[in-house]
Formats: sequence, C-alpha cells, structure tokens
Amino acid sequence: MPDANSSTRQHQEHFFAGVDQAPLGAVDLVDESGAPANLWTDAWRDLRRRPLFWVAATLILLVVVVAAFPRLFTSQDPRFCELGNSLASPSAGHPFGYDFQGCDIYARTIYGARASVAVGVLATIAVVLIGGLVGAVAGFFGGWFDAVLSRITDIFFAIPFVLAAIVIMQMFRENRNVITVVLVITTFGWPQLARITRGAVMSVKNADFITAAKALGASRVTTLARHVMPNAAAPIIVTATVALGTFIVAEATLSFLGIGLPPEITSWGADIAKAQRSLRSQPSVLFYPAGALALTVLSFIMMGDAVRDALDPKARKR
Amino acid sequence: MSHPITATTATGAPARSHGDTPLLQIRDLDVAFTTANGTVPAVRGANLTVYPGQTVAIVGESGSGKSTTAHAIIDLLPGTGKVTGGSIVFDGQDITHTGRREMVAIRGKQIGLVPQDPMSNLNPVWKIGYQVKEALKANGIATGSAADARVAELLAEAGLPDAERRAKQYPHEFSGGMRQRALIAIGLAARPKLLIADEPTSALDVTVQRTILDHLQGLTEELGTAVLFITHDLGLAAERAEHLVVMYRGQVVESGPARQILSAPRHPYTQRLVASAPSLASRRIQSAKERGLESAELLATTHGDGISPTRDVVVEVEHLTKVFTLRGGRPGSAKDFKAVDDVSFSIKRGTTMALVGESGSGKSTVANVVLNLLEPTSGTVRFDGTDLAGLGAKELFAFRRRVQPIFQNPYGSLDPMYSIFRTIEEPLRTHRIGDRRSREKKVRELLDMVALPQTTMRRYPNELSGGQRQRIAIARALALEPEVIVCDEAVSALDVLVQAQILTLLNDLQAELGLSYLFITHDLAVVRQIADEVCVMRSGRVVEAATTDEVFDDPREAYTRELLAAIPGAHLEVFGTPGEGLSA
Repeated sequence: MPDANSSTRQHQEHFFAGVDQAPLGAVDLVDESGAPANLWTDAWRDLRRRPLFWVAATLILLVVVVAAFPRLFTSQDPRFCELGNSLASPSAGHPFGYDFQGCDIYARTIYGARASVAVGVLATIAVVLIGGLVGAVAGFFGGWFDAVLSRITDIFFAIPFVLAAIVIMQMFRENRNVITVVLVITTFGWPQLARITRGAVMSVKNADFITAAKALGASRVTTLARHVMPNAAAPIIVTATVALGTFIVAEATLSFLGIGLPPEITSWGADIAKAQRSLRSQPSVLFYPAGALALTVLSFIMMGDAVRDALDPKARKR
Repeated sequence: MSHPITATTATGAPARSHGDTPLLQIRDLDVAFTTANGTVPAVRGANLTVYPGQTVAIVGESGSGKSTTAHAIIDLLPGTGKVTGGSIVFDGQDITHTGRREMVAIRGKQIGLVPQDPMSNLNPVWKIGYQVKEALKANGIATGSAADARVAELLAEAGLPDAERRAKQYPHEFSGGMRQRALIAIGLAARPKLLIADEPTSALDVTVQRTILDHLQGLTEELGTAVLFITHDLGLAAERAEHLVVMYRGQVVESGPARQILSAPRHPYTQRLVASAPSLASRRIQSAKERGLESAELLATTHGDGISPTRDVVVEVEHLTKVFTLRGGRPGSAKDFKAVDDVSFSIKRGTTMALVGESGSGKSTVANVVLNLLEPTSGTVRFDGTDLAGLGAKELFAFRRRVQPIFQNPYGSLDPMYSIFRTIEEPLRTHRIGDRRSREKKVRELLDMVALPQTTMRRYPNELSGGQRQRIAIARALALEPEVIVCDEAVSALDVLVQAQILTLLNDLQAELGLSYLFITHDLAVVRQIADEVCVMRSGRVVEAATTDEVFDDPREAYTRELLAAIPGAHLEVFGTPGEGLSA
C-alpha cells in the first residue's frame, strides 16, 4: 500500500518520457518484411554458413561420384593382378603402387568405394524404414504396442553385432553379396533408430497442435504421418547420417573377417585384411584403403554433426 | 579499493525508516546484447531510484527490458548481455562495472533475488534445507548446527509451517507456493538491504499469489528491506508498490507514485496499459456500478440482451464425472482420482460461459470432455439435444465441425512445420470442403476476420508473436464455421494489451457469428470482461454457478469471495476511464 510519508521525497517526482523520445508502436504488428522461414529453411541458411558442412558435403559428393563412375578416375582393372608386380613401388599410371598380389592399389581403392557406399546407403534406407516404422508406432500408439515393440527392440539391442553377423553370414556362405550384407546390418541396426524415433514421436505427440488436429477430426494415421513425423524428423535424420558412416565400417569389419562381401567384389575391408601380411615391408598397402574408409566415414559423421547443430535452435548462432 | 559495505549480522538489520539517500540509483542505464547481426539494445537510458525500505515496481510486457534492468544490477545478464552505458550506484558504491569477486560479495548479502519460476530454480537433487543452508554458508552467516537452526527459522519466517521437517524434504515434495516460499527464505537468508523479486508469483494460483505476497510484504516491512518488484500486471504492481516504473521497448516511459500513475497516466503507453489491464478493468466496472453508472461501454460483452430466457441451450452438461486411474508402483496398486465430480451446467446459444478455477480444479478436463477428446466416466454431454456418448464414427466426424478448441499455449498449438495457409486450410481439407481455389479464398477471408494481413498466410508460426499465433488458432477454429468454441486459457499466456485485443476480437466474432464460448480460465478479472455466466470450480466440483454480475456483486460461497479478493488491485481506487481526453 502506498504509505503516507512518500511526500517527504520530493525528488522522486512523476516522470514521463516524451512521445517523440519513446514513440508508441501499434500493438502486435505483423512483420511483413523478409522471406518466410520455417525450421528447414532456417536450418539450411545456418548450414550454408558452416565450413564443416561444406567440407563434409564435398567429400561425400566425391565419394558418391567415385562410387558411381569409377571409370572416370582410373582406366585400370582392379582385378587385373600380376604377381610380378607384387609390392612394387608407385609408377606412372599407378600412383599408389601394387599390393602383395600385384594388383593396382589405386584402382582397387577407387573401385572399393562402390561396395562401401552401396552397403551404407541401402542399409541406412532399410534401417530408417524398419526402425522408423517400429519406433513411430510404438511411440504414437503406446500401450501394449509400445510394450511389445520396445521389448523386441531391447532383445535385438542385447545381441552382440559381430558375433551374430558371423553366425548369420555363415548361412550365406555360397551366395554372399551386397544384399546379404545389407540384410545382416539392417537386422541388427534398426533398434537404435527405433529408439530414437520412439523418443522423438513421444515428445511431439502431446503437443497442442496434435490435439487440435484430433479435434478437427483428422484420423490417427493422418495425424501421425502429417503432423508427428515431420516434427520428429530432425533427430532421425541426424542419427541416420551418422549411422551411414558406422554401417560402412560394419561392412568393412565383416569383409575384414572374411564373412562380408565375396572376393569378386572389390571392398576396402577385404583389402585391409589382405594388406596385413605385407604391413611390415610395405605399410602403404594398408594405408590407402584404410585412409579411404576413414575419410568416407569421417565425412558422414561430420555431416551428421553439422546437420544436428543446424537443426538444434539452441546450438544455432544468431 | 575500499569496501564501504558494512557487514550485516545474522540477526538482521534493524528496521529502518525511509532515508534521504537512495539505496539504489540507476542513471541512464544502457544494456545491449551482441548477436550475429550486431548489437541489439535491450535497455536504453533507464533511470530508477529505490530508497531504503521502499517498494518499487517495474511494470512492462514481455521484452520491455524489465527483467534485463533488474539483472544488470547484480550482473546476472544472460548470454552476451552487457552494460554499455550509465551507472548503477548501490548504497553509495558504484557497482556498474565491479569485478566478479566484489559482485559475489554483494549478491545474496546486500541484494537478494527471488526468481520467477519456482519449478526450475530449486535444485531437485538437494533437500530444501540444504539449499537454504548453502545461502547462509556462501554469505558467511552461519555454519554447522547454528546454520541448521537458522534454516528452520528462515523457512518458518517465510511462512512454511512445520519448517524443521520441511527442511528435510526435496523440492518435488513441495507445491509451487511452498517452493516460492523456500526461494523467498533463500533470498532473505542474508538479510539483504534490497530484494529483487522477478515475477515471483506469476506461475502460481491467484489465492496462493495473494498469501505469498502478503507475507513477503509483511516480512520486508518488518526487516526494513527495500523491494524491487518486477511484474507484468499493473494492478498487482500498484497494489504492492508505492512507486511504479513503467517500461516499454527498453525505455522507461513513465515513473512516479503508484496512485498518480493510475489516476493520471501521462505517456500514451501507460494510458493504454491502465485502460486494458484486466484487473483494473474489472475493478473499474465494479466501481462504476457502485456509483450507479451504466458500465456497458466498459464491458467487452457487446450484445445487448444478455442472457434472456428465450435463448436456446446449445451445450448441456449433466452430472459429469471423470475418474482417472493413476498407475501405482506395482500391479494392483492403481488408485482412482476423481478429476471432475458431478458437474452440471449449460451454455445458451450466443453467450459465454466461464469455468473458473485454480490449477487442479478439473476445468480443463471438463473442456476436453465437451470437445469429445475424453470419454466421461459417467454423466452426459448433450450438444443441441444429441447425447455425445451415442455418436458413431461418422457422426463424431460431423460433430467435430460444430465444436472447436483454442488452447492456452500459442507456441504449442500450431504445427511449426505448417505454413499459416496450410494450418488454416487443414480443417477444410480434412472435411473435404471446396476445391483448392475456394479454400484459398476462405483462408483469406478468415485472416481478414481475425485482423491479420493476408500476406501472413505464406509465413510460418515461428515468425509470429504469441498474440498473432493465437489469432491463427482462432482462424483455424473458425474455418469449419462451428457453433461452440472452447477456449482453454486462451488469453492467459499473452501480454496485457494483446490479451485485451484478443478478448475484443472474440467478442466481435461472437456478435457477428453468434458463437457460443466455453471459456476456461483461472483469472476472474478476465471473466468479468467476457463472460455472461460463471461456474466456479474447486477440486472437481462446481462450488458456485451464477451470472457474472451475481458472482461479482453478491458471491455466495466463501471460496468465490476468496478468489475475488485475490484479484490484484481489487482494493485500488480507480475512477473513470483513464486515457479519455488525454490520448495523444
């Protein structure tokens, strides 16, 4: 309550700013200038300013082009090997030299990209579809759907990947190819994405705009597809980008162990395995396929990082 | 540098009378934030003076710089914020650019802070007592068992009953009001000369707000602590402080004695604020009525006939009960919780029914049942004579067109991935109304109706303010031409002026389209402005149901009277309509 002795402080008089110094704006005016922006355009604008994104994008583009058109980069046949050239030093037209079998390392590194990229991309697509579907259904519908699907996810999580992959790939001993490797990676790779999707969907499904859609009469499936999934997409995309890199590593691991791609298909993993025996005399034989693998994986993980930062408004520089 | 600060003892400073030298003097303060696009001024040339023992309130809407000013005093500016000009003199010492160490000595001991959100400002993993003790230890007041005894004293002093036992509890065991009391105990632990209270009760129920502020006022008067009170509510500020500072867009536009500002605001912004603050508006309606004046022009309700018996009933709720089953720790330990208990009311066509209650009163549950988003446990909801319980999928789909919601949080009720056009078009598309062209025309019409420029439709929700989003939500709700709109705290999250704007819009739309509103709110002041009839709810039951005038003039229940008394500014003397003839 205002007290009585306020009159003793005359120096605290009634002050008001002139309208010219503190002009009055309209209440709640719409800013009509500037281009419309939503999460994705904002993220893209932010991404364009990140050097990390451009480095990663250039590398990924390079790897993809190499995988699609290896002939543009080398005229050598990676499977043409002459034992006479075993561990020979680099020469004109063969910049990386020869491996133990006398094959051109440069050509094998170039042709090895295709298997890695194919496995990585296909496995990621399969994992996003299966994991995304399971996670979305479990997260959105909840109840016993969630209980059952989450337990199945947990069971798959508990299986050690390499061990299970060795067992399953034994079954395909006769006809191993890219598809069988993708199948194995997908079988054990989807639970991670299912978990991420479930969490993302659950964080969105209680939003008011979902209730509003329900009150409009939109069906549950429509709501899930049109409202929930687009809003839950950001973490899924980030996880998928990083997972693509790890799937390439998984393929290389399997090929290294001799249970991945068959010898007819040139693969970095198999080449790294073969380079072991000449490691002491000629370490560069190991260096090139391993370097290509590391660079490819790194570029996908960097891309995932850049995209995550761009999609996270808190990390975004304003 | 010498320290002119004299140590205060744990027993507290003796109550001081208002001195002649200011305790806190802020002169021409500039605060700016550095962003990627250069520096953005947040406070420009602010002046403020607080005398010992005095209560000064900073009033302003969100983004006006009121919190920034207060945080600049104790060097707690968030992120890249920096004082770029002016001076802050506290107790004779210039603290504008003090070092970190000196500021740490001032914080808590000389200047206490009661933060805004009681939910996030206590560390959930430490006991309440430990957190109070921390404040004592940090300021070197007491340690060991002496501190423990002091903690209990402080908590008791802040109005927590059974303080010794409470001190051993964790924050999650406390209600919002109790947490705020604990924060007040922490803020006053070191007997500061100045207490900064930053919206201390905004997150609390009105009755809780009142008791806590009463207590805080008594306590600071007794201790002789000066209070810098930050609030968005002019009525509350005028009731609690003797001196007001009104801030608008980073500038102090008016400051002076509370009574003078309320009765003769000079700056047009203050005039606007005085004219639209719901607490003041409802008080003005009341005092006009007491003087026997027709207050029709003060009421936002514009339709003339009020609630004549000729109007038919559009929604009828009878003996509605909703029981939620709370899952227990183990199977079989589930408990039933009656959220809504035997509630009956009806809404006449073209009128507004307000459901008023504090948090946990079950009012939102009623709204969801009326929207048919929740199944009632027992009782019936009849819409135009049809029982909602018997509806099949197809009839339910048709029913959706006739009742639409508007939610509280304007930031959550619009899909951030949808452009405004898609948002408003969605109901039309869902119900397969018209082709693309006619739908676009309809969206344009709807934007006109809610007074937004048509170009808005290409934008996304994150580009709009809270009030604008709420208009979009209204446009979406109107797209299907419903008969009833359920407003669940639709204006609670908005700034005062925007709130008044939205209320006027809702009223105009009601007059124009003959809409009926079910208006859910915790704020009786807003009810006075918009509602024809009121149901006061408490713990799931209706305690009083009457017309708005009856409830305000002649409340029958003690709880209703308590709610009415808790409206900030209920005891202020407000005359006439300020701003009349003064508007620039």
